[in-house]
Amino acid sequence: MKIQYKGIRSWLLTMDHKRIAILYLFSILFWFLLAVLIGGLLRFELMFRGQTILSAELYNSAFTLHGVIMIFLFIIPGIPAIFGNFFLPIQIGTDDVYFPRLNLLSWYLYMAGGGIAIVSLFSSGFPDTGWTFYVPFSISTKTNVSTAVFAAFVLGMASMLTGLNFITTIHRMRHKDMGWMQIPLFTWSLYATSWVQLLATPVISITLLLVIIERYFNVGLFDPAKGGDPILYQHLFWMYSHPAVYIMILPGMGVISEIIPVFARKSIFGYKAIVASSMAIAIAGSLVWAHHMYTSGMSDTAIFVFSLLTFVVAIPSAIKVFSWVSTLYKGSIQMTPPLFLALCFIYLFSVGGLTGLVLGAVGPDIHVHDTHFVVSHFHFTMFGGTGFAFFAALHYWWPKMFGRMYDFKKAYIGAILLTGGFMFHYVPMFILGLQGLPRRYFDYLPQYETGNFYAGFGAAFMIVGIFLMVINLLSSLKKEKDASSDPWGGTTLEWQTPSPPPLHNFITEPEILAYPYDFSGVVERYSKDDKGE
Amino acid sequence: MHSQPDESGKKLGMWLFLYTEIILFGGLFVLYAVYFSTYAHDFKEAGKELNRLLGLLNTVILLFSSFAVAAAVTAIQKKEKKTALAGLAAAILCGLIFLVNKYFEWGHKIEGGIYPNSEKLVSGPHGQNMFFGLYYVITGLHGIHIIIGMTLLIVSLIFVQRGKITFERFALLENSGLYWHLVDLIWIFIFPLFYLII
Repeated sequence: MKIQYKGIRSWLLTMDHKRIAILYLFSILFWFLLAVLIGGLLRFELMFRGQTILSAELYNSAFTLHGVIMIFLFIIPGIPAIFGNFFLPIQIGTDDVYFPRLNLLSWYLYMAGGGIAIVSLFSSGFPDTGWTFYVPFSISTKTNVSTAVFAAFVLGMASMLTGLNFITTIHRMRHKDMGWMQIPLFTWSLYATSWVQLLATPVISITLLLVIIERYFNVGLFDPAKGGDPILYQHLFWMYSHPAVYIMILPGMGVISEIIPVFARKSIFGYKAIVASSMAIAIAGSLVWAHHMYTSGMSDTAIFVFSLLTFVVAIPSAIKVFSWVSTLYKGSIQMTPPLFLALCFIYLFSVGGLTGLVLGAVGPDIHVHDTHFVVSHFHFTMFGGTGFAFFAALHYWWPKMFGRMYDFKKAYIGAILLTGGFMFHYVPMFILGLQGLPRRYFDYLPQYETGNFYAGFGAAFMIVGIFLMVINLLSSLKKEKDASSDPWGGTTLEWQTPSPPPLHNFITEPEILAYPYDFSGVVERYSKDDKGE
Repeated sequence: MHSQPDESGKKLGMWLFLYTEIILFGGLFVLYAVYFSTYAHDFKEAGKELNRLLGLLNTVILLFSSFAVAAAVTAIQKKEKKTALAGLAAAILCGLIFLVNKYFEWGHKIEGGIYPNSEKLVSGPHGQNMFFGLYYVITGLHGIHIIIGMTLLIVSLIFVQRGKITFERFALLENSGLYWHLVDLIWIFIFPLFYLII
């Protein structure tokens, strides 16, 4: 930080966590919007039977690309790398993360991972394996699996380093007056997430390396003809990828835990329960991976245990939902776009969570395994959950990050289009799945035509809604800076500093509240404003 | 407010990183455990084909190198720059000898027709194919870690030489040392798993 660069170098060589967060913001938005459009193409293809716009091969590559981008380039880094980077140090009252250079390196690794994924697109074809890269197909297919898998490996490194950085920062850089039970819930959720990132990511790294090794050297570790066991690949893969689901959702839950109390003007219900449930999800979520594999071949005992543990994870998630709803109860609610999106989150995530129990129970899972029901379920949790939390965070913290308020009306219209389109898009998929339409199929029987046709319209509404929201946010950047330091009436430390925050985050020493969600000061201030004092 | 980060955080970060390395190898050890329980007999037979003496020699070499690195870290704290340099040089040399040994060991096996996807392994018992498959993957990955560790030690050596690592600022040296110990530790697990199956 000794050297001050100017122009483009002040961004590309920056070690300021806020600038790195903004670099992440725009690179992640790019990938997200690209994958949204690819998803739209997929649904358009499925609206009519037979080939519409994509050939079968292209369709396979397109759903793989959609999955890989959404998982590795959007949902996993999304909230931690953008909002975590920007607000974690501010929320704990310090001026940067512990390893600023490592932080910048993570961004470069992220960009490199994205670059490698692009390379694999234009050399012998993007993989047609689905984002799970299951053996034996991933080893025998002629498409360029090695490059795509290596991209995921590099992105895993970026995610691990971010997690490592956050844990160290929370332990060593916290404001001296801030105890563990005074840490804001968003930071707590990032703490839990970072541990899962460290715990689980190396498993996927080694699994992906093994896919590359198998493709080049044919060792046969997963090939039954040579003594290997393909099921082991699935175990290793889900040993990471299920905990990764919690890497994706925990930061989103943290965002919601910030937004709800601010707009209810009321202390969050069950602060300690939310903290404990974050950690409980992190731990229990690491022990449920084989529920993706009920039909792959496992002992009944294993299936029973994994099913039971899956139900256990539902408890801490439900605790959070109850806490959010209880916070709203008797609050003086102020409706804003971030709160609207947070409320949609609660509803959609609950549907996603409850349908997860249908899949976690062995009997029903055998019926709907690998059908559109699964597709709909995980889109409800990942998109309806994390995706909506991402948009809520974007609308909540945008004025702080850029110092400009966006247009509420357009934001509402975008959010309503998105939510309405979402329901129209994914509810038919539940029904299609129950009727037996398998996922990842290019074509289908006539009885599935109606559902697929309607789902396509939902997709169109969603895409319009997303673009409207993003364009609305971006167009606010053309305005003069107009956001005050605390436009919402928040209590956490980021609202004590100007919008956007200066280089070292705080101009005056931040005042640490004994309890991070004490709204008595905010309520007093607003009632004075009302009386015109 | 602009608290200068204390040095202890760097060590915390390094420990977290080492933890990820253990899990990385952990995935492979899971494969080993599963295939060992499936093919216990084949693993025993295949294990006999490895040269125990060479394995033992490599173990001793790595143990000594770990000692040398630990000595270097202590020496720098006592401001004994020359001892520190000697310790680091000895450790790097040990790493090199280890790799040369490994080269001959692998070379000998490959000459004998034992390498991934070779005629002999694919047509032989499945368990032996798994054993040598894992042998090459795990020792190969470990070898890469030896090279990374040596690079770190060489960087530390240069920094000690130039006076950038001193008795007040030795986090880089200490972390490189920790990494080297980890690489050593992983070998301590690899050695019995492959060379000493009874």
